[in-house]
Amino acid sequence: MADFDVPVLKEYPVIPVIQPGSMAHLSPYKSKPDHNTGIGFPGELVDDWHDKAVAKIGDMVKNSRALQVFLDICVKCGACTDKCHYFLGTGDPKNMPVARQDLLRKVYRRHYTFAGKFFGALGIPGFVGAADLTKEVLDDWYTYFHQCSQCRRCSVFCPYGIDTAEISMAAREIMDTIGIGSKYNNEIIVKAHKIGNNLGLPEPALVNTMEGLEEDVKDETGIDVKFPVDVKGADVLLITPSADFFAEPHIDGLIGYAKVFHQAGISWTLSSYASEAANFSMFIGSGDNLKKQAMRIRDAAMDLGVKRIVSGECGHAWRVAYSFWNTLIGPFDFLDPNYPVPQHICELTHDLIARGALKIDKEANDHRIITFHDSCNVSRASRMGNTPGGQFTIPRDIIKSVANNFHDMAPETIHENTFCCGGGGGLLTDDLVELRVKGAMPRMEALKHVIDDHGVNYLTAICAICKSQFAKVLPYYDHPMDMIGSLHQLVSTAIQLGDKE
Amino acid sequence: MSSVTMLYAFLLYAAFAVLLIGVLRKIIIYARTPQPLKIPTTPAPVTKAGVVWRIAKEVTVFESLFKASKWTWIFGWIFHLSLLLAFFRHLRYALSPESFLWPIINLEIVQSFGKYAGFAMVVGLLGLIGRRIFVDRVRYITSPSDHFMLLLIIGIAITGLLMSFVERIDVIMLKSFLLSLVYFDWNNIQAMPTDTILMVHLGLVITLMFIFPISKLLHAPGIFFSPTRNQVDNPREQRHVQGWTADDSATSKPV
Ligand code: SF4
Ligand code: SF4
Ligand code: SF4
Repeated sequence: MADFDVPVLKEYPVIPVIQPGSMAHLSPYKSKPDHNTGIGFPGELVDDWHDKAVAKIGDMVKNSRALQVFLDICVKCGACTDKCHYFLGTGDPKNMPVARQDLLRKVYRRHYTFAGKFFGALGIPGFVGAADLTKEVLDDWYTYFHQCSQCRRCSVFCPYGIDTAEISMAAREIMDTIGIGSKYNNEIIVKAHKIGNNLGLPEPALVNTMEGLEEDVKDETGIDVKFPVDVKGADVLLITPSADFFAEPHIDGLIGYAKVFHQAGISWTLSSYASEAANFSMFIGSGDNLKKQAMRIRDAAMDLGVKRIVSGECGHAWRVAYSFWNTLIGPFDFLDPNYPVPQHICELTHDLIARGALKIDKEANDHRIITFHDSCNVSRASRMGNTPGGQFTIPRDIIKSVANNFHDMAPETIHENTFCCGGGGGLLTDDLVELRVKGAMPRMEALKHVIDDHGVNYLTAICAICKSQFAKVLPYYDHPMDMIGSLHQLVSTAIQLGDKE
Repeated sequence: MSSVTMLYAFLLYAAFAVLLIGVLRKIIIYARTPQPLKIPTTPAPVTKAGVVWRIAKEVTVFESLFKASKWTWIFGWIFHLSLLLAFFRHLRYALSPESFLWPIINLEIVQSFGKYAGFAMVVGLLGLIGRRIFVDRVRYITSPSDHFMLLLIIGIAITGLLMSFVERIDVIMLKSFLLSLVYFDWNNIQAMPTDTILMVHLGLVITLMFIFPISKLLHAPGIFFSPTRNQVDNPREQRHVQGWTADDSATSKPV
């Protein structure tokens, strides 16, 4: 099945011995010139790339306290070295968070610190961990900053909170600035700017798909559940990853949201202009593009005259929505102040369940033995509800109120300790399958234990990328590919529409 | 005044100036650099008081390090705690009994524990250096300067211990030398004892002070500015704008 060795799942987690260079061969396809120019970057590697890149580093540290502090204060304690799923799955030492940071830090030290300049002038920059930016270093940047899913697990354990995700984003922005981008990300961002979603699904196709869904749900339940598009004056604008419109298992989640809205009597709509929750500009660290993508949502909300914005199941998209929207496209003074902006679909459903507004038949999920994967962007970069950790309790509360069989995976692999699915951060591309499979190892190991101990047959995720990634990698580990599903698919199964009596 | 006294007086002043100005300069840079987006590592406190508590735990009990690695935590924590005790103990050489800090410095616990803290410090440092040598992952990320800094501090601790327990020096004389520097009594700088061991001890301390502001030792002030730790988790409740996110307002035209 694979032209590489799939990691063997162990009884207990084992920290691998370092294997230098073991992943040096794998990097994603580079973008074509018009994908770069389409998002404001030079089409190909510029001639004076060295000076441009060095200057860009200086510029970025002046404009980001995180970068400035993180590049200065790492003490090389090693606490983060065994925390990255890509290191655990590959053994490549450059996948240890601190070593990944050092790829950028050594150039920063060489050019922007006294120690680096001094020992550089003496010809021994390596004494203080500094190095010149050579073509080899640039290649390392491209390779290893595309082997980071920006999951922030390392930042939980670093005594100073150093977040390698920030460094990866910055490094990708520096590379884009000199004309090197990854095809997967840049192509998608161009599409999102042009059409409004990552799939490139235009308005008529979206409307068509939603009509199809209405028929499907009608056939199945006999109820007219609406999937409205561009309805002016609706209460809620739903912003969800475009994967939800399209593919299994995502689409069952969308059906779940629609049933919840239907039963709660909340009028809602999609927007064909802002038909994407994902914002890949975060992955490439581009503030301009991040804001430009997000702005479509503000514009759509104003245009449709909605009162609330609700966000569908997606990890990094929820981070962008929860943590960045108010900054980038706020203030939201034109929306109803009685609701948080944005509101996560799980917050909404949780609320409705708590108020008894949904009719639930838990037994309908009895054929499922369920576990929950904490998507890292939700877990470590955002929140749900009013209290810290709501992002852990709210989804689990929902699952437990719509189903009877739930088992958590091992505590060191959930909540803030959760392991990334292995496909986040703009790496969900076929050219990186080897990395994705190996990076999924820690999650697969924890999953195997609940499968063996409890017979788990349903892996719940609330992230479009996680769902696609799991569908791809589960078979490599001999788990059934269709065990991955949406949280709102569980809700969809349990919810009782219409009057039964 | 002997040339040794002059040299050390000069170096101590210079090192102190470099340390003070260098660290202050960095603190100002950290404080002035904008953090455009909200990036606390969640779950994070939702109030300012919660953030103070979070950082207090990081700097006193190294909470995140504790979660990460018990070995690094125990060695690191022993080292830093003994450093703190040793620091307080040393103040008695540099402050007069009228100082408001004297009651703390003079505490039995500070003076006697401080004296033995040197041993604990060496144990902690040897543990940390051992990790750099024996754990392949840590060895991989270690630069010569990382070893150098540990050896420097081990040197300081060992020379200090030698003076306490083996080759006693004239502390009365040392104290009057240091006090004359502290009070800028330049016309009347007292002579420094010229024991080799003291000169080595002070020389290493001076070196440490010089490299502090240009090295990873900046983690001490830096941790207070780390956005993943010091930001309040309230992006929905309170609009955060800084740097480029504050530059232009969000008033694009509705389509
Ligand atoms: S845990 Fe933090 S300080 Fe320690 S090596 Fe990793 S990034 Fe550096
Ligand atoms: S952010 Fe995640 S993927 Fe990136 S280095 Fe840290 S742990 Fe690894
Ligand atoms: S895809 Fe899911 S698990 Fe993977 S990085 Fe994104 S949120 Fe995390």
